Amino acid sequence: MSPLTAILVRDLRIAMRVGGGALMGVLFFLVVVTLTPMALGPDLTLLQRIGPAILWLAALLASLLALDRLFAADHKDGSLDLILLGRAPLELVVAVKALAHWLTTGVPLIIAAPLIGLLLNLDAGAEAALVLTFLVGTPALTFIGLIGAAIAVTLRRGGLLLAVLVLPLAVPVLIFGVAAANAAVAGPVPFGTPFTILCGLTLASLVVGPFAAATALRQEIE
Amino acid sequence: MRLSAFDLACRRGGRDVFAGVGFSVGAGEALAVRGRNGAGKSSLLRMVVGLVRIAGGRLDLEGGDPELTMGEQAHYLGHQDALKPSLSVSENLRFWSSFLGAVSADDGGALAAVGLEALAGLPAAYLSAGQRRRLSIARLLAVKRPIWLLDEPASTLDGTAQQELSGFMRAHLAAGGLILAATHGALGIDGAHELRLGGAQ
Repeated sequence: MSPLTAILVRDLRIAMRVGGGALMGVLFFLVVVTLTPMALGPDLTLLQRIGPAILWLAALLASLLALDRLFAADHKDGSLDLILLGRAPLELVVAVKALAHWLTTGVPLIIAAPLIGLLLNLDAGAEAALVLTFLVGTPALTFIGLIGAAIAVTLRRGGLLLAVLVLPLAVPVLIFGVAAANAAVAGPVPFGTPFTILCGLTLASLVVGPFAAATALRQEIE
Repeated sequence: MRLSAFDLACRRGGRDVFAGVGFSVGAGEALAVRGRNGAGKSSLLRMVVGLVRIAGGRLDLEGGDPELTMGEQAHYLGHQDALKPSLSVSENLRFWSSFLGAVSADDGGALAAVGLEALAGLPAAYLSAGQRRRLSIARLLAVKRPIWLLDEPASTLDGTAQQELSGFMRAHLAAGGLILAATHGALGIDGAHELRLGGAQ
């Protein structure tokens, strides 16, 4: 097993086991979305109009939930020291950890979104568009969050700082994710315009996130 | 292979921990780093692997692999055991031997050497402090690296395990490795050099 495969397998195993928190994000997502129609009442037109926005907001908050433990857990038990002594480049290790995190928190959101969309009166076309924006947009949330997780690694209660750091950076992803989903339903812009920008944001975060996070980790481990 | 330090200085949190520290350890030699609490023993070891910035002086490694950093040729056994409680004993060891780059790691042999082969399937959460330490030591045996940096390696180990650890260290030295160990007790190695930190202050 190569070092990077070893990290991926380990992080997936830990997330799946007791206390790993793989399903916490998606459960939180389901609860938040379920509460919305209860708070707003059975106004189907209103729900349909704000549905994509609610789903995206819930996904953003859900993807932040387990993020603070991404590096903090490894720092606390001394694993991070040894990871820095490995021969695999830290940037790649960090990217693989983010991939494992996305597979265990992002992918369940993508699977749950069309089911929970029924509660918000989304039709089939809107749901397909929404799933597509989730598929492209949730990796960006993870890789942007990666930077915050690396900066907050040595703090005992880093979760709060993480949210404050990461949420503003995630604003463009939120705007264009919701815009693309809405465009598919109502127009007037074609779906492709905001969706292409969302793809661009994701590609940028995939490049910037690991380098920024690795730099932050090297500074923090002193 | 020879690891030498000249006039090393360490500064942490705005406080000078030590300055003017020098030593030289060759292949097959061990250096016991001694000093009172807070003298900078752990900082010195972390500095050698590159986890603490060198505030002054320099570190040289002759005869090492020029493609690799010092940390990539060293094993660091710190205070923390770097074990995941939800993974089993063998999964923990397998991860580190794969990650630290053993081509053909002898995980089974390493577990047997530290006396944990009967517990291979047990989640690490159920291990005692001494067993956790022994599992960490198994990492050093499974993956061959020439430099061992041991921070209080014998803490939490019982008498038998301490003697076994001394045996592992002697075998490592006999194979041409070198050891830096921060310790208050005896290392159990004949002819180990000694470096005392904080003596001048």
